[in-house]
Amino acid sequence: MADPVKVVSKRFGIPDSHTLDVYLQHDGYVALEKAVKSMQPAEVIDEVKKSALRGRGGAGFPTGMKWGFVPKDSPKPKYIVCNADESEPGTFKDRAVMEFDPHSLIEGCLIAAYALGSHTCYIYIRGEYGWVQDIMDVAIREAYAKGYCGKNILGTDFSCDVYTHPGAGAYICGEETALLNSLEGKRGHPRIKPPFPAVEGLYGCPTVVNNVETLATVPWIIQHGGDTFRQLGTEKSGGTRLVSVCGHVNKPGVYEIPLGYPMKDLLEKECGGIRNGNKLKAVIPGGSSVPIITAEEAYRVKLDFESIGEVGSMLGSGGVIVMDETADVFESTFRLVHFYKHESCGWCTPCRDGGDWMEQIFDRISIGGGRSEDLDLITSLGRNIEGKSHCALGDALVWPITSAMKKFPEDFQRALDRGKKLLREPAAV
Amino acid sequence: MLTPEREKKIDELLTRYPSSRSALLPALWVAQEQYGWISLELQRYLAIRLGITPEQVREVVTFYSMYNDRPVGKYHLQVCCTTPCMLMGSDDVIGYLEKKLDIGRGQTTGDGLFTVSQVECLGSCGTAPMLQVNREKYDENLTTEKVDALLDRLRTQAAAEGSNG
Repeated sequence: MADPVKVVSKRFGIPDSHTLDVYLQHDGYVALEKAVKSMQPAEVIDEVKKSALRGRGGAGFPTGMKWGFVPKDSPKPKYIVCNADESEPGTFKDRAVMEFDPHSLIEGCLIAAYALGSHTCYIYIRGEYGWVQDIMDVAIREAYAKGYCGKNILGTDFSCDVYTHPGAGAYICGEETALLNSLEGKRGHPRIKPPFPAVEGLYGCPTVVNNVETLATVPWIIQHGGDTFRQLGTEKSGGTRLVSVCGHVNKPGVYEIPLGYPMKDLLEKECGGIRNGNKLKAVIPGGSSVPIITAEEAYRVKLDFESIGEVGSMLGSGGVIVMDETADVFESTFRLVHFYKHESCGWCTPCRDGGDWMEQIFDRISIGGGRSEDLDLITSLGRNIEGKSHCALGDALVWPITSAMKKFPEDFQRALDRGKKLLREPAAV
Repeated sequence: MLTPEREKKIDELLTRYPSSRSALLPALWVAQEQYGWISLELQRYLAIRLGITPEQVREVVTFYSMYNDRPVGKYHLQVCCTTPCMLMGSDDVIGYLEKKLDIGRGQTTGDGLFTVSQVECLGSCGTAPMLQVNREKYDENLTTEKVDALLDRLRTQAAAEGSNG
């Protein structure tokens, strides 16, 4: 079989791939030139629709459709906002794009701006990625100097500015409306939807918020055509995507795979198998917010939106967290409960107080104070958070818990039994 | 209150947005770079500088975990302990730091050099366990030897800066 086609990661590994010179030697800004000189904005959107590209941030919304929601006749300015607030535990692919191929993101932003009639792009980068922002800023300066950004791009009448903007350590700002509030200099509280950002986003103006990888994929689609991209993947999940694999594998890292690629191959071929020859126990296939799956499910599932759906989970952000037989799913879930409790923005009661209470229950079970009714209590508390919170963070707290309890009940039972064991054993004197 | 270069940076930030309030997060970073933390006085100054209310600054400083609203050590060691790092031994790393520096999480050493914090996922899951010093590039794939070497390097760096005045 021929090597799988690389789209987003094709320049990774080339020396100095982050510089404009190297980017230009490898198809850099070819797609931007094609778009602004020979395509109408509507044709660009059509090409992206044809590609079946779905958002790579987590929700998997079709990108072309999202772009299509932006009103064409609005008198207000339109904004392109790139969501580079990569914070979903297990996910580190957008960082790789910005570190190794910053110009592909800039080019994607500019093509999106051209397609949607926007003249300003903001790239919102999580605060911890300070040095990544520095790399992006250098690349943007290079692009301005050579006429790819700014006024009259490539001699046309299309003008567009690109800026980076730092976050400051808030997971919730990965939620697009929270991100917009943060970009406006406010607390990162999600907004009520509708209105959706495409209609009323940044400063109340039409705004498209896209993930880093999504935008970095656009230049390839414009250069090679939407159909070519779609055919790399499955019918409903077009193209290739990045996955970031971490945990108990021999070679963790960022890999580009065609959608529909078997998880078993990813773990055994790309990642070199499970560490120390251990047995696989569990996989969280799409970032910490998605339901956990068992080893048996992981070995038969394919990495596309539909196949993962059949085992009750999601492809999410492409963050694959691998656990071998030494992992304790109760403890790994407890740590996620702590994460979501910590990252709740505090706006709504189900998520803020529910998360706090949930952590208290896990905490007492963990130290051996578990009560027999605690599992039922977790389930009932979960039911009162899921679907009842202001944004999806409440769901993201509950899904890992309910799936872990269902698929690894023995780990939860063992944690509950710790207390009984402590009572039976005589105290050491 | 800020150095002339930093004032210039804030002037430049203000040209990027149609609303001056949008410049708040980047401006807070500029201020924290100089002082290490954001005092109430600094918050009031930035409010005037951006033409917004002190409350609008305060609510942001207290919301985002990376802004320090109290002084921290010269080197803020932020150890990620979220699940992917936990699976790879982050609890041992933070435990080792606490023992070696003889402080707990959130505390600062008596000489004002180090603060240790437990933080949530920093997007370095494939190179776990890891930590971030202030806002520098990450220290990844940590072992106790690497932690020792890092502390030595930072102590040497601090001593060199101290003797340079």
